[in-house]
Amino acid sequence: MTATATTPERRDGSYTGAAPVRPRAPRRRGTAVAGRIALHVLLTILGLAVMVPFLWMVMSSLKLDSQVFTVPIRWIPEEFHWDNYTRIWVRIPLATYLKNSLFLSVVITALQVLTGSFAAYGFAKVRFPGRDTLFIAYVATIAVPWQAYMVPQYIIMEKAGLVNTHLSLILLQAFGAFGVFLMRQYYLTIPDELCEAARVDGLSEYGIWARIVLPLSKPALASLALLTFVNTWNDYMGPFIYLTSNDLWTVQIGLRSFVGVYDSEYAMIMTGSVLSVLPILTVFLIGQRYFVQGIATSGLK
Amino acid sequence: MVSTTAPAASTPRARRLSRRNTLAGWSFILPNFIGFAALTLVPVVASLALAFMKWNSYSTPEWVGLDNFRRMVDNANFWTALYNTTYYAVGHVPLTLVAALGFAVLLNRKLRGVRFFRTALFFPYITSLVAVAVVWNMLFSPDAGPVNQFLRAVGVDSPPGWTTSTTWAMPALIITSVWRDMGYYMVLYLAGLQTIPGELYEAAEMDGASAWERFWHITLPSLRPTTFFVLIMLTISSFKVFDLVQVMTEGGPGRSTLVLSQLIFREGIEQGRFGYSSAIAMVLFVVVLLITVVQFRLQQRKER
Repeated sequence: MTATATTPERRDGSYTGAAPVRPRAPRRRGTAVAGRIALHVLLTILGLAVMVPFLWMVMSSLKLDSQVFTVPIRWIPEEFHWDNYTRIWVRIPLATYLKNSLFLSVVITALQVLTGSFAAYGFAKVRFPGRDTLFIAYVATIAVPWQAYMVPQYIIMEKAGLVNTHLSLILLQAFGAFGVFLMRQYYLTIPDELCEAARVDGLSEYGIWARIVLPLSKPALASLALLTFVNTWNDYMGPFIYLTSNDLWTVQIGLRSFVGVYDSEYAMIMTGSVLSVLPILTVFLIGQRYFVQGIATSGLK
Repeated sequence: MVSTTAPAASTPRARRLSRRNTLAGWSFILPNFIGFAALTLVPVVASLALAFMKWNSYSTPEWVGLDNFRRMVDNANFWTALYNTTYYAVGHVPLTLVAALGFAVLLNRKLRGVRFFRTALFFPYITSLVAVAVVWNMLFSPDAGPVNQFLRAVGVDSPPGWTTSTTWAMPALIITSVWRDMGYYMVLYLAGLQTIPGELYEAAEMDGASAWERFWHITLPSLRPTTFFVLIMLTISSFKVFDLVQVMTEGGPGRSTLVLSQLIFREGIEQGRFGYSSAIAMVLFVVVLLITVVQFRLQQRKER
């Protein structure tokens, strides 16, 4: 599960380095250089093609509505309309949406990381009858598509009078099985001897969790926190199903509703999209390697 | 089941220890378990039972056996949704897999800018779905959208209407979802490529194997466990597809992109037909389960 993003260089390097030893070396070198250039060109074209939607999004956000769809396409705006980025705050209650998204993401992430890592300790480091059966129940629900039980969930929330509150989303998303699973996988790699030694020294189980296991699992905690934060921030279906009042809406649902009502304000829609993606881009660039590690830990074990 | 203190379980001290462990273990799990049990475990079980009941928002639940399933089989919407979901999966799974594998192999080397490309490819996956759907909807715009302008430029006289056309809305969804998901699976493939020993390639090169032969006889077989995992994840996520469709086409035009998850939502939450929607949910669950089991079997047979 080592970070993929940092280490895959060695193989290619090792065989081009060995090339001159072989009799056919000179010709192969020539083709190798040509191949490298071709590869660079190919990658650049493909890379740009993949980036086009983002480029188009940013460029359109700086245009007038009437200039977004032109034939032929103008990639660079004639005139940069930075005022779109000031006008949007009064056009839609974006500040409220951002505040709601931030609130939900932070609270849900905090609860998920806390209860997830706490429960994971019980599953990975304490032995008691029934533990493994219980864990299977956790894992099994990960396999059940959420769509298959969203209706009973909704009924429960409705009976509890929690529909159209932030609390409903917090309760639904903060106790997921995924966090428990991810943290448990990581705790299993921490040697039991460490906990055993701490027990002999008279540390309670809670002490071991707080003072030994938790500090050792920072990378996994970071992965879980980032993945949960991004998932909550981007979640559309949860707010779409549960939140009906405008003042409770998150960025995603607010943006979607703006698109639905003012579908010809192309530039403003793109401005909103850019602003909704910006926080995620920041979080992603800061914690990139934890994302990759998290995917590798939860995916390939 | 792991017993706590196997040989000495009968001594009072050991029993006390076991009880203390049980208490400690549960105390760790409980904060998460309360929420998990009430809002995941109970709904999962309830969903199974509800499929055999008639229950609307204002009536009391009543056991009706297979009635919901009979109604479902007679309902055209159900078959349309099942067909559309399968169509989406058949397009989404192989295309995403090939794109992810291709990019992983291309980017698994020492080249300037490789890290930037990896980041750029992964980013769509964590970009919010609403932004993705909104941008692609505009890119696919029939008259002046960049996609069709490009197609016209390369000589396609009457490019498709994409999300405004009943035949092309689904391909538009598939293209968008491949673009969005390939970076995630590429990361899984890059991790898989790390586990292939470099000596294998050196030996093959000594024997004169071409790049294509090396890929076909070394890379692909060595990646089999990753491919297996990717295939399962992709298939499951394809059958669960919901938000992308909801945001991009809302199932339209007409019913041309109506998928199973959407139908469950419409029947269960919008219409309040709890029992009937749970029957559809059960079909979704069984399909996902069957695909997983079949793929597991195939994988085991290959390994033998």
